[in-house]
Amino acid sequence: MNLVFRLAWRNLWRHPRRTWLTTGAMVFSNTLLVFMIALQFGMYDLMIDNTLQAFTGHLQIQAPGYKDDQKMRQTVADIVPLAESLRAELTTASIAARGTAFALVSSEERSYGIAVFGVEPEFESNVSTIPGLISKGRFLGASDAAEIIIGAALARNLRVDLGDELTLLGSGRDGSFAAAVVNIVGIFDSGVADFDRSMTEIPLGLFQDVFYMNGSGHHVVFDAGGIDGVAELQSRVGSLLPPGQDLVVHDWDALQPGLKQAIKADMSSAFFMYGILVILVAFSVLNTQLMSVLERTHEFGIVMSLGLTPGRLGRLVLLETAIMGALGLILGAILGGVITFWLGIRGFAYPGMEELAAKFNLPARFFPQVSAMTLLIGPAVVFLFTLLAAVYPALRLHRLHPVEAMRAV
Amino acid sequence: MTAVRCVDLCKTYRQGEEDIKALDHVSIDIAEGGFVCLSAPSGGGKTTLLNAIGGLDKPDSGEIYIAGRRIDNLSKGELAELRLRQIGFVFQAFNLIPVLTARENVEFVMQVQGVPAGERQKLAGEILDEVGLAGLDDRRPADMSGGQQQRVAVARAIVSRPELVLADEPTANLDSKTADGLMELFRELNEHHHTTFVIATHDKRVMSYAKRLIRMLDGRIVDDIVQDAA
Ligand SMILES: Nc1ncnc2c1ncn2[C@@H]1O[C@H](COP(=O)(O)OP(=O)(O)OP(=O)(O)O)[C@@H](O)[C@H]1O
Ligand SMILES: [Mg+2]
Repeated sequence: MNLVFRLAWRNLWRHPRRTWLTTGAMVFSNTLLVFMIALQFGMYDLMIDNTLQAFTGHLQIQAPGYKDDQKMRQTVADIVPLAESLRAELTTASIAARGTAFALVSSEERSYGIAVFGVEPEFESNVSTIPGLISKGRFLGASDAAEIIIGAALARNLRVDLGDELTLLGSGRDGSFAAAVVNIVGIFDSGVADFDRSMTEIPLGLFQDVFYMNGSGHHVVFDAGGIDGVAELQSRVGSLLPPGQDLVVHDWDALQPGLKQAIKADMSSAFFMYGILVILVAFSVLNTQLMSVLERTHEFGIVMSLGLTPGRLGRLVLLETAIMGALGLILGAILGGVITFWLGIRGFAYPGMEELAAKFNLPARFFPQVSAMTLLIGPAVVFLFTLLAAVYPALRLHRLHPVEAMRAV
Repeated sequence: MTAVRCVDLCKTYRQGEEDIKALDHVSIDIAEGGFVCLSAPSGGGKTTLLNAIGGLDKPDSGEIYIAGRRIDNLSKGELAELRLRQIGFVFQAFNLIPVLTARENVEFVMQVQGVPAGERQKLAGEILDEVGLAGLDDRRPADMSGGQQQRVAVARAIVSRPELVLADEPTANLDSKTADGLMELFRELNEHHHTTFVIATHDKRVMSYAKRLIRMLDGRIVDDIVQDAA
């Protein structure tokens, strides 16, 4: 081992209790940071994925203004061929066309106002999790079959089951009267109250007939796999839009404006808390290193008399701090990683979580995931501030005069 | 060639209302290979003079030359470099790094000087044998007697063969037998390696080893005699 490193190491253990207390503060805050950050970012990912992959998708092509007004006549013309050509152009199956209407749905006993989505049966499952959440029956089959899938809550409310008939009443694209009789082929249970209570899906071909869409629809939905590649995909899709038709490509942030805001708000309050934690640790390091420098005045005086410069001694103090910080980083990351990993298997819930969970389609138990980023980002920041805190004690050494320092006891 | 040359050094300390002349127009020349004792009663200015020669403290006026080079106008960093490379210091007491072993204490300065690890260890082992500490290499200062600690300090001061060794009351905390041993060691180094020694003391036994004895009183040189060493 290098002599200077050995010296720094032994200097640290001159006061084992003090060093452990300071290191302990680092370990504690690092453990907390690792866990909190894993939890936080895991939650954001879930919020985004669950919300977007459930139904909205990462990108949608729409008519301008549709997002805000949702008028039947704000359509995307020839939507099925458009989706088909985009799938070919981008060599992905995760693109599907949809139409949206509002209608009154009636069983023999009851009626409810609901949303009716016309979907492409063979592609919808690539952009939405709803087809996979059918708990009874099956998903839609042929594109023009008189079939419908409805949520479990709606089925209960309408007192219907598989095989029963429902009547849809609404208005078509041109404002005329639209009606259809459809057969329930599937009931889904998404766990999201809104979906289960008021959402239904029918084949897009049928939808276009019933609502006089004349080959048009309202959305082409894209699943980009994750939010990382969205911006790039958005500009590619933008360049592939058919000329002569006024269309826009919205990303998930435009489609679900609440999502990013909720994440941002949560992030800033979390980072404020982390900041306070880091500063507290930094001050405890500052205090420790200042004490350790002051009590070694005599010793520093001697080595300065032997020809060591204050700069060299300052580096020694920084090295001591770095060793202490590295200890806190390693122990904290390990402890935080183990705890997070364990809770990742066992699951974790905290008070107030239900609220967020209900809003963003999250499970009631949460399974935080450990990654290199969540493991190191917090401890790395603590380490940095620890070093910064030692700069002042190290610089103080420049004020030391060897003769006066040696006189100190 | 003169190892140390002081020209008209003055240094005044203010203590309350009083001005204390710690150095009062002090001029000396010490030849290379000299073995000089500075003797003065307490407060006579020994430490002040040694510190000035070693570049630890600046005089108010006057000039200091080490091996022909003027040093009283050097910067802090240049002075540190001078002490590191050319001067060995031995202080009265408590001057080892407590967390390092005897050998590591000796090695430490060499490490700063940039001596490679292998050579460092070899030299440290040899010098510890030379000062009579064979077998104690791995002891920490707390586990050594005052005399042993002082020998480690001497080993550290001389290991890189400085031209000049400044010792400020090196025997003050030693019993007379150990003090004799240390002085024998100094004399041997002086004779074999031609190292110049300037030793501040008010110990009569120490003075008896000196080839030249400079007496000070109240910051002034009052006597400067060449004598036959004991
Ligand atoms: N930093 C200081 N501030 C004020 N006065 C000082 C300071 N250093 C030394 N003095 C005074 O200068 C004079 C010379 O001191 P110096 O330490 O050189 O004497 P010394 O011969 O080494 O004495 P001792 O044998 O006690 O070590 C003394 O009167 C001392 O009180
Ligand atoms: Mg003195």
